[in-house]
Amino acid sequence: MSVLHVDWTRCDGRGHCSELLPEVLVADEWGYPLSRDGAREIPDAVLRHAKLAVEHCPLMALRLTPT
Amino acid sequence: MSDALWYLARGTGVTALVLLTVVVVLGVANRRSRPAFGLPRFGVALVHRNASLLAVAFVGVHVVTLFFDPYAQLRLADLVLPFGAEYRPLWTGLGTLGVDLLAAVVVTSLLRQRLGVRAWRAVHWLAYACWPAAWLHALGAGSDAGTWWLQAVAGVSLLAVLAAVAVRAFGTPRPAAQGNAPGTPRPAAQGNAPGTTRPAARGNGPGTTRATQGDAPGTPRPDTRGNGIPVSVRAGSGVR
Amino acid sequence: MTARLLATHDGMHDAPPYAPSERLIELVRDAGLTGRGGAGFPTYRKLEAVRNARREGKARRDAVVVGNGAEGEPASAKDAVLLERSPGLVLDGLQLAAGAVGASRAYLHVAHQAVPRLERLLAARRDPVPVTLQAAAPTFLAGEESAVVAAIEGRRAVPRDKFRRITEAGVRGAPTLVQNVETLAHLALVARHGPRWFRAVGTADEPGTFLATVTGAVRSPGVYELPCGAPLGLAIERAGGLAVPARHVLIGGFHGAWVPARAGLPISRAGLAPFGASPGAGVVAVLAAGRCGLAETARIVAYLARESAGQCGPCRNGLPRLAAALAQAVQQAAEQTVPQAAEQAVPQAAEVARIARIVSGRGACAHPDGTVRLVRSALAAFADDIEAHREGWCIEG
Repeated sequence: MSVLHVDWTRCDGRGHCSELLPEVLVADEWGYPLSRDGAREIPDAVLRHAKLAVEHCPLMALRLTPT
Repeated sequence: MSDALWYLARGTGVTALVLLTVVVVLGVANRRSRPAFGLPRFGVALVHRNASLLAVAFVGVHVVTLFFDPYAQLRLADLVLPFGAEYRPLWTGLGTLGVDLLAAVVVTSLLRQRLGVRAWRAVHWLAYACWPAAWLHALGAGSDAGTWWLQAVAGVSLLAVLAAVAVRAFGTPRPAAQGNAPGTPRPAAQGNAPGTTRPAARGNGPGTTRATQGDAPGTPRPDTRGNGIPVSVRAGSGVR
Repeated sequence: MTARLLATHDGMHDAPPYAPSERLIELVRDAGLTGRGGAGFPTYRKLEAVRNARREGKARRDAVVVGNGAEGEPASAKDAVLLERSPGLVLDGLQLAAGAVGASRAYLHVAHQAVPRLERLLAARRDPVPVTLQAAAPTFLAGEESAVVAAIEGRRAVPRDKFRRITEAGVRGAPTLVQNVETLAHLALVARHGPRWFRAVGTADEPGTFLATVTGAVRSPGVYELPCGAPLGLAIERAGGLAVPARHVLIGGFHGAWVPARAGLPISRAGLAPFGASPGAGVVAVLAAGRCGLAETARIVAYLARESAGQCGPCRNGLPRLAAALAQAVQQAAEQTVPQAAEQAVPQAAEVARIARIVSGRGACAHPDGTVRLVRSALAAFADDIEAHREGWCIEG
């Protein structure tokens, strides 16, 4: 399990992460990532996609920490 | 042999210009945070990135073949220092300038995680200088300058970039896009004097007691609607 | 009840009989002191975290302590009063905390009106750890922990991302202890008189006293020191009693919650929990019957929306929407309009609830969460009024 941390002061709602990690994230009405079930935990099955989301965030607003 | 080099230089040059145009158009489009050209947002970003790396490859071959081309007469220094070449120094120099700027933009992008967003973004703005330099170089530096097909390619490229910039500048913004710039000053944040340790004394006398129309010391200034919850009114310093 | 914080004379306490700093954290733990800035976090844990950050090598710089008296909450005046009446106690607490965590620098972040007097007081003292005064911006969020750190660093006083905790990396990367000035004052008294003295009032789980700012429909609004767990009726009584009848009270502040105006309701975490409320920063704002609670809430939420730092999308976009939805719910009654097709019009309460869910937990600080808490408590407390508003009238007339 890993935790996805969003730096909200950097996030600009560009929507790349919700496209790359649709299992966990969906874009809210303004484009900002919303966790589907309210949790911040990333199941290991989609860890690869989560890492892509972190790497490709245009504002580098995401971080992944293993728990 | 020199003919082969000459053809290679011209071919890679034109291709590089087309690729760089694609890079700029996608980069500008990506800022609008909408799917574009049939690609999802992250797709636009990825193609932008991959096209730029491909462009670097083509520019690399272009520069190397010209270095070995006897007619171009390029010295090693001319590959990085602009406007010093023997042959058409201005036009060639623009190409060198373009290479310098492209290198800065690409290297900082590859090292983005280490540099941080602000440094990366500051350098990335140089792309708006890089593309015009490349475009002008394409128009005037090569032996194909003046041909109809080269001018057509240049014309279409220019239109594409101008269109992209126009859409970005004048297109409808995203719902959340107003005031998005990080650190946009908010009205409520005015009056913050960073680093103030000794503001001018306001002559308030000791403490913060404000006279409130003869009420017992410390009565909060009454909300004008009477008995509401005070908003933006400092309650007084009544002490018991 | 003998006043404690506010009974002390201001001015210097030279060579007060304080316990040595190594023992301070123990004493604070035994006393059960919790933060008085609103969050109510156990103070000893914060002290330990900052002290350990240096010890365990998590940080290379010496720790820093900050006394936070910014009091961005408009309905609160306790910090201003405390700094006026017993600043020496606060400064003592600041030094004691600095000693306990091994800090080499201290800051006092206060409203600008308080700076000149504190400057003079500091000049007259001989504190081992140098104290720098920092004037706080007059904004709601200026008192937020990471905003305080930003202000001291000379930057715009807005919260920042807390991937790394302030206790480990705060002012210029140093482990930083940020404590409300009232907490520091209590700390000084605990160091002087001991944990048992501190626990002599209050409840077993929430010992000691707290400063309440009682405002609204009371005869003598002001700041009053009360034992933790004191009933609401006592707070109102100390403030001269009700000026007019009242049915609801806002407890904690603008990030607090509405509770029914029951005299026996204890102002403690345990007593207020059933209403989704907590003592918070000690605000007790009594709403006169005859004033529409929804309208008051709408006004407060509009203020909170304006006070957003504007950094985080959900807050910057969601709070104004929340304010607008609430204002619309209120407006319907004011205009006495009845929605043409009541079944088709989305009930404002549902829209408010929806936005509340979206903004919670999505921001660099707790501003949206606190606002949502207020709104949810308003929906619960004024539920019958919402229906009335929807039908075009107001319970309060």
